[in-house]
Amino acid sequence: MNQIFDAQKNYEQTKKDCGYKKISDASQSDYDKIGFMSGLEVHQQLKTKEKLFCNCPAGIYQKPNDYNAEVIRHMRPTLSELGGYDGTALMEYKTRKEIVYRLKHETACTYEIDDTPPFKIDREALGIALEISLLCKLNIVGEVHITRKQYLDGSIPTGFQRTAILGVEGEIQLKNKKVRLIQLSIEEDSCREVSDIGHRRVYMTDRLGMPLIETVTYPDMVNPNEVKEAANFIRFLNRSTGKVRTGIGAGREDVNVSCKGGSRVEIKGVSHNKWIPELTHNECFRQWSLLKLREKLCNKIQNTSDWKIKFRELNYKEFGFIYKPLKEASLKGYKIYAVALPGFKSALSHFTLPGKCFADEISERLKVIACLENPNMTHSEQFIPDISIDDFNLISKMLDSSENDAVIVFWASEEDVKTALETIEERCNMAFLGVPNETRKALKNGITIFERVLPGADRMYPDTDSAPIPLESEFIDTLQSKLPVDLINRYKQLEAWNIPADCYHFIFKNNLLPIIEKIIIEFNAKPIFVATFFSHYLKYIQRKYKPVSEFSFEIIYGIFKFLYNKKINFEFAKIILPIVYQHPKMEFESVLTTLKFKKRTKEDIFAPVKFLQERFIEKNSKTPVNDKTNWVMGQLRNQAIGNVEFNELVDYIKKN
Amino acid sequence: MNEDFFQGYKGQSLEILKKYNVRVWGSAEIETTRGKFNGTILPRAENDDDLHIVLKIVTGYNIGLDIRTITLMKETGYKKANYKIPEKEFPYTPNLPKVKLIGTGGTIASRLDYRTGAVIPAFSPGELYGAVPELADVCNLTTEKLFAVFSENMGPDQYKKLAIAIGKEIENGTEGIIIAHGTDTLSHTAAALTFMVQNSPVPIVLVGSQRSSDRPSSDAALNLINAATAAGHGDIAEVMVCMFGPTSDEYGFLHRGTRVRKMHSSYRSTFRTLSDTPIATVSRKDGVNPIKKEYNHRRKDKNVIIKPFFEEKVTIVYYYPNMQPDIINSLVDNGYKGIIIAGTGLGHINKPLYPAIERAQKKGVHVFMTVQTLYGFCHMYVYDTGRDLMAKGIIPAENLLPETAYIKLGWVLGQTNDPDEVRKLMLTPVNDEITKREPYNGYLVYQGGVPEVENFLQKFHK
Repeated sequence: MNQIFDAQKNYEQTKKDCGYKKISDASQSDYDKIGFMSGLEVHQQLKTKEKLFCNCPAGIYQKPNDYNAEVIRHMRPTLSELGGYDGTALMEYKTRKEIVYRLKHETACTYEIDDTPPFKIDREALGIALEISLLCKLNIVGEVHITRKQYLDGSIPTGFQRTAILGVEGEIQLKNKKVRLIQLSIEEDSCREVSDIGHRRVYMTDRLGMPLIETVTYPDMVNPNEVKEAANFIRFLNRSTGKVRTGIGAGREDVNVSCKGGSRVEIKGVSHNKWIPELTHNECFRQWSLLKLREKLCNKIQNTSDWKIKFRELNYKEFGFIYKPLKEASLKGYKIYAVALPGFKSALSHFTLPGKCFADEISERLKVIACLENPNMTHSEQFIPDISIDDFNLISKMLDSSENDAVIVFWASEEDVKTALETIEERCNMAFLGVPNETRKALKNGITIFERVLPGADRMYPDTDSAPIPLESEFIDTLQSKLPVDLINRYKQLEAWNIPADCYHFIFKNNLLPIIEKIIIEFNAKPIFVATFFSHYLKYIQRKYKPVSEFSFEIIYGIFKFLYNKKINFEFAKIILPIVYQHPKMEFESVLTTLKFKKRTKEDIFAPVKFLQERFIEKNSKTPVNDKTNWVMGQLRNQAIGNVEFNELVDYIKKN
Repeated sequence: MNEDFFQGYKGQSLEILKKYNVRVWGSAEIETTRGKFNGTILPRAENDDDLHIVLKIVTGYNIGLDIRTITLMKETGYKKANYKIPEKEFPYTPNLPKVKLIGTGGTIASRLDYRTGAVIPAFSPGELYGAVPELADVCNLTTEKLFAVFSENMGPDQYKKLAIAIGKEIENGTEGIIIAHGTDTLSHTAAALTFMVQNSPVPIVLVGSQRSSDRPSSDAALNLINAATAAGHGDIAEVMVCMFGPTSDEYGFLHRGTRVRKMHSSYRSTFRTLSDTPIATVSRKDGVNPIKKEYNHRRKDKNVIIKPFFEEKVTIVYYYPNMQPDIINSLVDNGYKGIIIAGTGLGHINKPLYPAIERAQKKGVHVFMTVQTLYGFCHMYVYDTGRDLMAKGIIPAENLLPETAYIKLGWVLGQTNDPDEVRKLMLTPVNDEITKREPYNGYLVYQGGVPEVENFLQKFHK
């Protein structure tokens, strides 16, 4: 073993070699160079009363430890309709997980635990999903066929998700480009994970079976920000129906990314769109760097198809290990194995993601596939070695490994050793091919970790428990006639009203345009005032206060209506809102009483202006006119608000 | 061979496929008034309408297209799917027991059927091994497909053939027998085999599944592994049903073939022993653990007695209030030789039926009383009604389950028509179809919501 190999230097060098730069420094030409390509799968829960295939209520959640009973299942791979086994399925079978489902009476029946066949599809959900399909300009199918999509990770107790395509080949219009849609499906939501330790994974079943739609785009996006824009657009389009759920977990994105010569990698479970740019940026460079690694390895290693690991078990006592996880492993009676990776020197510390290197790719797979809890390995290319150079030299000698090799040391219970060795060899072999197809889990800081092998079309199977549902043309036409306004037209509407651009996001996110429009039309309010009232003022109030009961946007409509009927100026809404926001059930009349509001005529308000001005001049003869106006305004402000427009009062003061 | 290029299509949908010359398994480009679609044409279930064609699109999903919207179709390729589990020869391992798996059909061995769109029993037991390789660690398995019928189509002919086949297997020295069977009438077959195959030296284990083997969460594999464990390694040489204990993937129960019943339409843990406990639990890890102390032990001899008899003119009458005598009369007039009545409560029917019963008795029809409560004994001495009925010739069948009583009466009448002999055979248990005692824990139907039951549910896997 080369004792002076500088892993950190190698890491920095490989990071530079792949051209990695921070997202803030990257331009379109950088993305063009590495061939950035990305598509989206946008998941959106629908706001229905019941779940998709049973009559359990939808949208009720429990705490992880609040449950009435548990059921255990193990999943086995099965053949697809076309007669093949799915790669993910086989990998997940290798992991031999025991899967525990927690049941709560309120949210789970025998359907959730797969002890009763599905009931008829929820028509409310189907209607909403079709409405969104039409908004996406998709070609609507003639008959809905429920399909089973295999998931052996246990996230659904049946081992498959019931899902159905409603439309194919649509498009959405972003600001500067059209993005094509592959398809939109309606599906049942999966379980929420409680924990995943060793060979035991625990799920709760409250979310399981809730109606969800998935909108899939073509990989038309060519830079990270475009991906975010498309994700936001689809989210806002879904929300424009007013029939989808909002809040944490109600909308989730899977983002597919690849670079030129790379592979489709799916980043799963991105719950905040603002994470998308960083995640896709990093993933694209990870792939680019893995391609560089392939180049390096293929140059170094002659016959990659015969490449094999060398390994042997280590006796803990023969070494001077002081690394704590090794000590603990030994105490637990785990086996400790050393693995030589011939010709892999400088590969383990090869850059993949900020703060991550190729060794992490192996470690993450050991966790997922072989169920080895972290930390599960150490290696010869750590910036600060966990194992002394003397020990590594001894290990190298035992493995009969050369200067050009890298060494991994891992620990595992005896039953997991075989899978662990296979996993290490498999991942290294994949390095000769480039980028493995996989799904990766999104973490907060733009980093992703291996989740599982990317499943293919081979995991689909017709649902033999349900009959096809015909979609008659009359039904589609009826839905078509009741569609909300196209999102792009809503953008145009906001532009026509001269609404400041910083208001748009808040308005679309909360689907406020219909209510804003209603206020403007019914009460003849000024568009900018109403729009900023929501996007700036309400947003500010939301941050500052907490309502005691649920606050709905309809209440704001109510405020405007109340003021309009009372002929009180809309400025007064700003005084009312903080109170009503905190006490949504309070009657507006009582709010007025609380505020000691008195209805007065314009003349009443204007009457003392002259007198006040004279008093001001008596006191401050030399001050400018502006100060005078301000002082008088200050005196009259409280009486004026709601009774007269401030501008009008100011004008009056100035004129007199 | 004349290949069917339009599998399942009929009427208008068939016409349109023919018109554009597009076959099932052909890839097609289809233009419709709702836009363009590409994919592979799939077969259509026969019972579905003739207004749609089924398409597998490139993402793997299936969709249907309304033929009334189709304006143009073009076949661009053709590739027939080959739905096959890799069939491997079962490896031989020295020192593992020799077990025979007899296939009859049912969900334990099923796959997609395009004809109905549901599942059909079509896996050969050899393919079954391809799907459950763990079986090779349990026993040396040989397989034979005796029939491929749905559970509900099993009947006397099949019972007799099965019994004879089992006899031959025992003669050939098998150390255990597994019978793969649909679950709906699994217990009927189990009862029939208990009567037809007596004094077996080896376990005879009937097994099925509640979730077809084409789904990842199927109970088929575990049931099969448990059944192989019981057949190859268990000491209980009886006809038994091996199915899930709890609904969780944990352990199986072995139920006596005469006391077992399917009690839920869809649960995995649907089979329960009634008015008694199961004989044993079974799992690959812990093997067979007897719950009951007395059972027939495994032997080395081959002294099995096969009694393949069955009289088909036997029926069950499920009594309901206001049942009219013509029901019984028409059965008698149609030549039925035996009637099992599932009576109310302790074994009762109403007075208007009395003359019909008397008439049946006079015509030599054998009438036995069981209870529709399923649990408990028929006690006809408790009320006058019961005593009247007995006077009219109805024989209380103790705690024979109605279905078991039906099977047994068929089997008995296949051998004799002599009233005393029939009565004697019916009331002499072959294997616990009538028990002397009913254990206090034979009836456990607790109700949810009670704190102690909820505590139990929370602590143990359902």
